[in-house]
Amino acid sequence: MKRKDKRKPGDLRSVEIKAGVIEQADGSAMVKMGRTIAVAAVYGPREMHPRRMRKSERAFLKTTYRMAPFSTTDRCRPGRSRRSQEISMVTREALEPAIFLEEFPKTGIYLFIEIIQADAGTRTAGINAASVALADAGIPMRDLVASVAAGKIGKDYFLDLEYKEEEETAADVPVAYMPRTKEITLLQMDGDLSVKDMKGVLQTAIKGCEIMYEKQKQALRERWGPNAADVKKELKTKTAKPPSGTLRGTPSGAQASTKTEKKR
Amino acid sequence: MIIQNQHVLNMASKGQRIDNRGQDEYREIDIERNPVEKAEGSAKVTLGKTIVIAGIKMGIGKPFSDRPDEGVLMVNAEFSPIASPNFEIGPPGDDAVELARVVDRGIRESHAIDLRKLCIEKDEKVWMVNVDIHIINHSGNLIDASAMASIAALWEVRLPELKGNEINYDKKTSKRLPMTAKPVPVTFVKMEGNLFMDPGLEEEEVMEARLTVTTRDNGNIVSLQKGGAKPFTQDEIENAFALAEKKTKELRKLLN
Amino acid sequence: MKRGVYMSEMIKNDREFVLPGDEIINSMDYLPGRSCFRDGNSIYSKRLGLVSVRGRVISVISLSGVYVPRGGDMVIGKVEDIHSAGWVVNIESVGEAFLPLSGVREFIDTTKTDLSKFYAVGDVIYAKINSANPHSIHLSMQDPRARKFRSGRIVNMSPAKVPRLIGKEGSMINVIKDKSGCRINVGQNGLVWFEGEKEDLVVDAINLVEKDAARDGLTNKVSLMLNGK
Repeated sequence: MKRKDKRKPGDLRSVEIKAGVIEQADGSAMVKMGRTIAVAAVYGPREMHPRRMRKSERAFLKTTYRMAPFSTTDRCRPGRSRRSQEISMVTREALEPAIFLEEFPKTGIYLFIEIIQADAGTRTAGINAASVALADAGIPMRDLVASVAAGKIGKDYFLDLEYKEEEETAADVPVAYMPRTKEITLLQMDGDLSVKDMKGVLQTAIKGCEIMYEKQKQALRERWGPNAADVKKELKTKTAKPPSGTLRGTPSGAQASTKTEKKR
Repeated sequence: MIIQNQHVLNMASKGQRIDNRGQDEYREIDIERNPVEKAEGSAKVTLGKTIVIAGIKMGIGKPFSDRPDEGVLMVNAEFSPIASPNFEIGPPGDDAVELARVVDRGIRESHAIDLRKLCIEKDEKVWMVNVDIHIINHSGNLIDASAMASIAALWEVRLPELKGNEINYDKKTSKRLPMTAKPVPVTFVKMEGNLFMDPGLEEEEVMEARLTVTTRDNGNIVSLQKGGAKPFTQDEIENAFALAEKKTKELRKLLN
Repeated sequence: MKRGVYMSEMIKNDREFVLPGDEIINSMDYLPGRSCFRDGNSIYSKRLGLVSVRGRVISVISLSGVYVPRGGDMVIGKVEDIHSAGWVVNIESVGEAFLPLSGVREFIDTTKTDLSKFYAVGDVIYAKINSANPHSIHLSMQDPRARKFRSGRIVNMSPAKVPRLIGKEGSMINVIKDKSGCRINVGQNGLVWFEGEKEDLVVDAINLVEKDAARDGLTNKVSLMLNGK
């Protein structure tokens, strides 16, 4: 069984990952998987609002998954849908096992995932971006979480289905995985598979996660590592940011400018 | 309840449960068919102390543009405040949305309803199947109780009389829904590294992770859903598949 | 590297770049320090950063992340609110900080004194973290360095890179003070106050530290840059 885009059954779509794409965020990342584009931003840990959601013994990972109205062929209505609500929840549960939430009691870690373009696999792309963004934000983690879906078309197990394949597959199985501990943090499935095929598809997805994991690490090395390609302008602009939040003001009588542009 | 948590975990680490059930043992299940006469079909499932009613109301509407010749299935779950001190009135929370979507996927993916046969006029008029799940008492494992109530209710449906565009709800015909399958879920929780079927509320409160495996009549898996804040290993998941395969045969008999 | 009867396998070296989940050493003879954790026989990194081996303690110097208060740190904060028992101060951290009456040098009789005469809402102060735990952050002004800022400029930088701005025993910050002719107060929470002759030089130096924090020879690079001006 040949794939429309000439990939082998165990190939991912072309993957592009970039860490640190949103200057205002404490951590961020963009992930492209084929034509699917996800952007994730992390703010915090910081004070948790509303107060009733505070956990006295750990941080709360407040997760919001959203799709841009223009991300799909038919405009999707902005705002919360039952689908986005469920994906927000399973995304949170896919990432929580990786985070040392107990280090920041009573606080909130705010994670926002925006799907800019949807072409199958948006929840997996979102989780991949979120995981890189959390590491980028310096959140203490046990491991990165990598996520890829797999399915079965004809007799083959296909990795990382694109939109057209999603219509043909006997099942769609998104998986998130922590390669270091070999643990599965997200598992969903819609379709119709024998137990044997189900195991095969799961195994295929896990292998895909291992490939994705290396790409996530590469993206973080490119942004932070000692051999990082020369650090881009965005880092400069980051220092130019005035003290954020309510600290923005300067001491009374002090020079008003907190900017750091070169003026000479 | 809070004080019990550690006790539940201590027993779980030895593969034991506070109500002395086996790891793969369900609480007593009772299915009452058509308790609600006004609905086109209904079922009440009692699973231990958990009580769930599913009711089916039929309607007429326009099909979705991408499926012009198929009827429409809609599953909705309501966590009524009568069922638990933790349920509040308001828009459905994450748990209610997840519950409805897991039940929906089990029915949809097993093609339990042949939706094409619910087309009245292509592009214009199809039957709408509204499955409403009402939680009456939440004592754990709402997913299994709700899915079984929903599928039992769907099999009980008698279509109302159709006159042009109007439905005469007072007159039920002998026609049934085009049902083809009985998807059955088995829900596991992981506690202290051990798997337990049909979690009670005390167990859900301390569980590390949850997995629902829904299978159809030939044993094929049609839907999976992992929940909870901790991971599973691949071995645990494969083990759950095997256990679920056995258990669904037993549970499906209750639906016959 | 052998210690005792165990084999210790160093997988990452001192000062090597690591990511969360990276294995640093396979040994029971070492202890996990800051930003590290043990799993089985090995020590792993929790954060992206640089490995630091000090004696038998393995830690990771984080390169990113919000400021997490530690007792003894000097921070820059802004007074947000006044209570009967002290001042609420925003230090841009995981929670708000509190400066209690006991944390100021003077004795204050609250029945007779308006607390805003000491520190008013909006005042920016340089204070010491007296105690910090997940449930409260207490500040103190009872430190010779502590003060209220009345003039000067403040910029912010990544809190994770503040140690690089200070350098070993203050080597880096002293070079910058020297060359720029500025008074500089560094808050561990990523806020830097300065005032003096060549303020732009301080800004350039901070930019360079942020950019090259993960690299070697940073102090040289900064003094070269400052000399060039």
